[in-house]
Amino acid sequence: MTLKLPIYMDNNATTRCDPRVVEAMLPYFTEKYGNAASRNHAFGWEAEAAVEDARAQVATIIGASPKEIVFTSGATESNNLALKGVASMYRKKGNHIITAVTEHKAVIDPCKRLERDGFQVTFLPVDRYGQVHPEQVAEAITPQTILVSIMAANNEIGTLNPIREIGRICKEKGVLFHTDAVQAVGKIPIDVNEMGIDLLSMTAHKLYGPKGIGALYVRKKDPRVRLDPIIDGGGHERGMRSGTLAVPLIVGFGEACDIARREMPEEAPRLLQLRERLRQGIMSRLEETYINGHPTERLPGNINLSFAYVEGEALMMGIKDVAVSSGSACTSASLEPSYVLRALGVGDELAHSSIRFGLGRFNTQEEVDFVIEQVVKAVTHLREMSPLYEMARAGIDLKSVQWAAH
Amino acid sequence: MAYSSKVLDHYNNPRNVGSFSTADPNVGTGLVGAPECGDVLKLQILVNPETGVIEDAKFKTFGCGSAIASSSLATEWLRGKTIEQALAIKNTEIVEELALPPVKVHCSVLAEDAIKAAIKNYQEKQAARQSKEAKPEAVGV
Repeated sequence: MTLKLPIYMDNNATTRCDPRVVEAMLPYFTEKYGNAASRNHAFGWEAEAAVEDARAQVATIIGASPKEIVFTSGATESNNLALKGVASMYRKKGNHIITAVTEHKAVIDPCKRLERDGFQVTFLPVDRYGQVHPEQVAEAITPQTILVSIMAANNEIGTLNPIREIGRICKEKGVLFHTDAVQAVGKIPIDVNEMGIDLLSMTAHKLYGPKGIGALYVRKKDPRVRLDPIIDGGGHERGMRSGTLAVPLIVGFGEACDIARREMPEEAPRLLQLRERLRQGIMSRLEETYINGHPTERLPGNINLSFAYVEGEALMMGIKDVAVSSGSACTSASLEPSYVLRALGVGDELAHSSIRFGLGRFNTQEEVDFVIEQVVKAVTHLREMSPLYEMARAGIDLKSVQWAAH
Repeated sequence: MAYSSKVLDHYNNPRNVGSFSTADPNVGTGLVGAPECGDVLKLQILVNPETGVIEDAKFKTFGCGSAIASSSLATEWLRGKTIEQALAIKNTEIVEELALPPVKVHCSVLAEDAIKAAIKNYQEKQAARQSKEAKPEAVGV
């Protein structure tokens, strides 16, 4: 079998929609196009039934009940609804929220807005692997704390947080616990009851479903979580999120969850094996290559590596047939290196040298082997061109050099 | 962001990668940028002290494709130029030649800084050498 180029290895950004998912969605565009809120004719009933089937599929993958699923446009909206909805509803109870510095911007920015609106937000630091420790959460909780929001798995470095332990602490202290589980759902087992999760954000496009549809899990009992909606209108989704339901997308989301849940027992070990093959293949052949994030407590398909003396964007140009991401400033609009890598204490020079490889359902071993070759070739080429490599080779301590920072 | 064909060409076939010995008095070295900023450019010129003409130029760059292309282009332009002509090279000319987008303009600035730093280094070395040679006579007087 010949390789088809370019190779997609950026599955933490988004995933290819599984053809089985597309197949399931198609009838809901052209034949079964009813509005799920139309209560008085067959078109509406048919759409509603499909939505309820999908709701059950989405609920099952996180061990929830279908009534606890609120469909949204995606995880950004889910995070906004969870944070702002809880803050507004529980404002009389307290004004303190706890989160972490490595959260996705879709959590950090709503938190910053809440700060401007008078809430107090604690941004917990993380350890060198990117993990939040449960004790940190316990210590940060005050009588004013209404919500803890800690992600299940980090999008850049793949590090998993001890969600179960954090959930237990929140339960003990009577504080609501939200987790952005966008990267985790469908990749690792998640059970909202076992893990003490009260609110959970997820999205379809990270698990081989369509873009534009997500969900927020909102616990219904022990405790019953209440939310102020951020979108008002026709009162859909039990008033928590108005707007006509995107039936084809919801059907696709449900199907994607169902496939991910059924195939996880085979898929997760396969991705882990591919990831380790990639990591070992690269690290055994290139000196001074470092793992960003936790060596073992990480998503099966994610590996984030820094290649000393080589800049990330230049490396991406060198492996142009492979689609990956970099934490380098040059790849960001802000010209700042990744705030996640900075939070781990990874030096800026290594943050500029980082590449995120995101393996997914459709990657093959052949592709992994091709990527190893490409990366080794490009890094070697760029190091030959790098003054830093030359200086390090000559025994110069780069930290002792007086750089003209600009 | 798509790269211009000229950036890609310099990235794929960089001209004049390498190093001269800094011990050579006719070599000027410019090292600009910082690792934590994501780009470091080392640019060297080999000057004929008789004519003041840059006979050869070499570079090594840690940085993005545009930084590599800017340095590669700079070495091409430097060869055969006099010091005065080299000092007249403007970063805007590099931007234009490589069709760099606004976000990459700093790469060209860095290249211009490296040219100036290399020339300054060369001139300082030459001045130091002349004063050294001049010293015995001065003692004689």
